[in-house]
Formats: sequence, C-alpha cells, structure tokens
Amino acid sequence: MSLKIIADLCTGCSACEPECPNEAISEKKNLFIIDPDKCTECEGDYDTPQCVAVCPVDHCILPLAA
Amino acid sequence: MQSAAASYVSLDALKSNRNALAEPVDAPAHAGCGTSGGEGKASCGTSDGPDDMPADVWNKVKNHPCYSEEAHHHYARMHVAVAPACNIQCNYCNRKYDCSNESRPGVVSQKLTPEQAVKKVVAVASEIPQMTVLGIAGPGDSLASPKKTFETFRMLQEQAPDIKLCLSTNGLALPGLVDEICKYNIDHVTITINMVDPEVGAKIYPWIFWDHRRVTGVEAATILHQQQMLGLEMLTARGVLTKINSVLIPGINDEHLIEVNREVKKRGAFLHNIMPLISEAEHGTVFGLTGQRGPTAQELKAVQDACMGGANLMRHCRQCRADAVGLLGEDRSEEFTLDKIEEMEVVYDLDRRRSYQDRVEAERQAQHAAKVEALAATQDAGAADGIKVLVAVATTGGGRVNQHFGHADEFQIFEVSAGEALFVGHRRVDLFCQGGYGEDEKLPSIVTAINDCHAVLVSKIGACPRDELKAAGIEPVDNYVDEFIEKAALSWFADYTGRVARGETVHQARGDASIRQGAFTAAA
Ligand code: SF4
Ligand code: SF4
Ligand code: SF4
Repeated sequence: MSLKIIADLCTGCSACEPECPNEAISEKKNLFIIDPDKCTECEGDYDTPQCVAVCPVDHCILPLAA
Repeated sequence: MQSAAASYVSLDALKSNRNALAEPVDAPAHAGCGTSGGEGKASCGTSDGPDDMPADVWNKVKNHPCYSEEAHHHYARMHVAVAPACNIQCNYCNRKYDCSNESRPGVVSQKLTPEQAVKKVVAVASEIPQMTVLGIAGPGDSLASPKKTFETFRMLQEQAPDIKLCLSTNGLALPGLVDEICKYNIDHVTITINMVDPEVGAKIYPWIFWDHRRVTGVEAATILHQQQMLGLEMLTARGVLTKINSVLIPGINDEHLIEVNREVKKRGAFLHNIMPLISEAEHGTVFGLTGQRGPTAQELKAVQDACMGGANLMRHCRQCRADAVGLLGEDRSEEFTLDKIEEMEVVYDLDRRRSYQDRVEAERQAQHAAKVEALAATQDAGAADGIKVLVAVATTGGGRVNQHFGHADEFQIFEVSAGEALFVGHRRVDLFCQGGYGEDEKLPSIVTAINDCHAVLVSKIGACPRDELKAAGIEPVDNYVDEFIEKAALSWFADYTGRVARGETVHQARGDASIRQGAFTAAA
C-alpha cells in the first residue's frame, strides 16, 4: 500500500517532502518520488495522506496501481 | 510646503507611523500624515533626512529600496528562490509558477539550494556594491519551508554581514516563527493580507494546509486571518518593520481593502502596498480561468487614495520576481545564472562596498538638497484653480526628467495640482523604441497605459509618436530636460493652466488607463 507522484504533474515544489511521517519522499533531479516500501498512506499517523493534503496540484499523488 | 519628500512614501511619514509601534496594539494609532487635510500626503513634513527620525528606524529604511522611494533610485535588492513550497492556495496563483504575492504571476525562477543562494548573493554583492538587501519571497512561501529560508539567512549573515535581510509570507506560519525571525536579525517582513473578513477570504483562498489537514472555505480563511493578525502584532511588539501587500481583486475585496488598511495600521503595519490583480487565462489560475479581471488604473488609484490616511502607502512597487536582481525596475538575473556564478571568482570586499555606499549617501543628500531648492523657487508659479491632472514622466532615475520617450519601459505617474506634484505610481509599458527607431505597432499600448494622463514629460521624442500622442489628447512635453520631476511637472502645470485661463486650451477630463498584464522580466 503506497501512493505515487505523477511525474508529469509534479511541480517540484517540495511541499510534500517534510510532511511525510515516514520519510518516504525524496527528491530526484527536481522531481519528487515516493518510496513504496516506506509509504503507509499515513495510516496510523494521520487521517489523510499528508502529501496529498499539501500538494498544490490536483491528482498529482495517486494510489500506486496495484 | 509640499516637497520632494511628500511625493514619495516620505520617511518623515514613516517616522510618525513608527510611533504607533510603541503604543499598545488596540490604542488608536497615530494616523501618520494626511488625515486632516483632504489632500492626503500634502501635509507631510518637508524633510526626509535622518534629523527628525529615530536613528534605528532611519538605519533600517534608508538603504532599503522597497521602503524608501529615495533609496530605491540608488540601492538594489535581490531575491533568491530557495523556498518553493507553500502551505496555502490562492485563487490568483498557479503553483507551476512563482508566488503571485511577491512576483508577477506567470514567472518561473530558478530554484536554488541555500548554499547556491548564498554563493549567488555574495557574487552579486561583490559585483554590484549598491546591492544592500536580500529578500526571500518564494517561489512559494518563505515560511512554509523555514529550514531553507533560515539556513540561507544564517550562512549569509556570516559571509556578508552588511546585507539587510527580509522575507515575505502569507502569514499562516508566521506566529510560530517570530522567535526565529528575531534570532536572525531580519528586520523587514512582508505579509500578504487580502482580507480581514473570512467571508471575503473564502473567495480568495480555496484551502490551507493546517495542523496536518487540508482546511477549506470560511474555516480556512478564519485561521489564516487569525494567524496573519497575530503574526503582525507579534512583529510589531518586537520592533520588526512590516510591509503589508494586498492584491486588489475587483468585486471581491476592492472596498474591503480600506478596512484591511485600517486593521493593519492599527496593528502597527509600517507600509501598505496595494497592488493590482494580474489575471490572465494562460497563467491557469482559478481567477484567470473564471475570467476575474484585474483593476484598471483608476480603480487601483481610487482604493489607494481612499487608504491614504492609514498605513503609509507604497506606490512604487513593481511586483518584481522572486529571483530578481538589481534596482527595483531593472532585472539583471541573466548575468547571475547558476552556471555563471559557479565560474566566478568571488572576493567579498566589505570596505569597497562601504566606500561605495558612503559615496552614494553623499550624492543622495546633495541631490535632495538641490531638489528642495529647485522646488522652493517654483512654488508660487502655479495658478490655483482646482484643476488636478496626471502626468507621465520618463526618467532613468535621479529624480529628473531625463529619458527618451522611446527608451522608456515604464513611466512614473505624478498627480499635479497648483503647488503640488505627488508621485502616485508606475506604469509599465512595452518598449516603444528598439535600437533607436520606433515601432509603430507598440505605440497604442503606451497610449492605453497612460491614457489617464494629460501630458508626458520626456527628454526627447520622435515626430511620429509625438503626433499620435497629440491625437490621443496627451501632450508630449520635452522642454524640461534634466529638470527635477516635481519642478518640471509644476512648471508645465503652470503653463497649462495659463493656457486654459487664456482660452487657448480647453481643460478636459481624461479617460481610464489599463494596467499592463504579464510578467515583469524585461532587462532592457
Ligand atoms: S501518503 Fe503519507 S506516508 Fe505515504 S508518502 Fe504521502 S505522506 Fe508519506
Ligand atoms: S507537493 Fe506535489 S507538486 Fe510539490 S513536490 Fe510534492 S508531489 Fe510535487
Ligand atoms: S502564498 Fe504565494 S505561492 Fe502560496 S498559493 Fe498564495 S500566491 Fe501562491
């Protein structure tokens, strides 16, 4: 269970990075990616995924297609 | 007794405003100048020198181009884009671009790490000794990623201790960071405040990120409002100078900004800068897409005039970009891109900078004295018959009429009546003349930009634009070359009213003017 960042939509603003309780988000060449092994969709920490709540671009962060 | 000082945000006025800082927040604030007379700033003092201002305030503002219109001609500031993240959403902002609160919308700055930013600042400061102010204004909100912002300030303070620091914020995170701000000795903070009523706020801010949640609607605007007011009060209590930016959004907060002005003034705001909404569909902002228009020049001026008795209005803001380098109107970012900086050998020579600044200071004092003298000689020339007009002025600086019409990419606008010429703002235009010859198709856009003016004062103007301006009802004036602007404007006005009195000219009201949309990136 993990979210992923749609690279085409990400502005590279970095707002999501410090909000993640699991340090799952990191920067790769001006784009941000979520480490699927670390992401818990914030379960147990917050009611909503933090990265989605702070991201300024709609639909930029989506569930990782199973 | 109007003077050069009164034409701008006068430092004298700033001083009286500053007195409000010492009073409790709820106390009726000292109203600064111009509350009693109908003519606003006309009642300001004549001097904007250090003589009658507390030394600490004078030291804070004298070389700050954003706070002092006089300094603005001699000193430069730069912004570095180290803070891309934001914690709110504004309807006039598309986060693909820089924060619209401090930059013109639709501009993208090169993002820098704090290390790169400090290197850039030191390189620029070594190259441009008049660079005295570093600001962090985005490209997002400077306090949404406080680590990057404060890390930049900390490193810079070590390497270039003479550079003043300032930052801009939407205010949401401000109260929690006031201690940090004071620690780094940041003495100028800009807060963008567009409303003091959450119902109004809900139309401007779709959401904020707060306490690990996305909050929307009136609830979001209420939190933002409370944080902004609290942050402003805390800064005032600590003696940190504050500038309030407000974006004028017709139909949403135009009238309301007068109330905003009153509230921020009450809480000790030092300056209030009311700027037009820039809204173009291609910027992809909510307002751009819903067709929310920006104000016309008259609408902007009406609100600014209505706020004259409140916090001191700043009229020379050009909404420059988050990575701007240079004097407020000229952008030299291209000379200092990352690649170029990496190659530069930088030696930070504090002594050289100091001696340059001393020279500028002497020159400025002399210029100021000359201006006061020149104006004193003009005072009784004007016939008082209730006429008040706007004139556009082409100037390259120094407070004089000294620019060719075709070389102007902006005009200073002065409101002139008998015995008074008051600076009221800038009007940007597209460059009319490229490489010495005029391009006819650009002229109409200049006419619309200064269409509310009766005259345009220039050092020189070609025959063709001269005719077109005349046809549009704007008088081209080139016989006051190198005169101080106020003196030239008053002399022209005396001449004009004389002609009207003799029946040679019929005095007519002018139309409205449009505010140029689009990013201010011109380096010309
Ligand atoms: S959903 Fe939560 S855990 Fe997953 S990346 Fe986003 S913030 Fe981190
Ligand atoms: S918050 Fe959204 S746009 Fe910003 S870096 Fe993260 S994924 Fe990209
Ligand atoms: S505060 Fe600035 S960056 Fe953030 S949404 Fe508003 S205009 Fe955009």
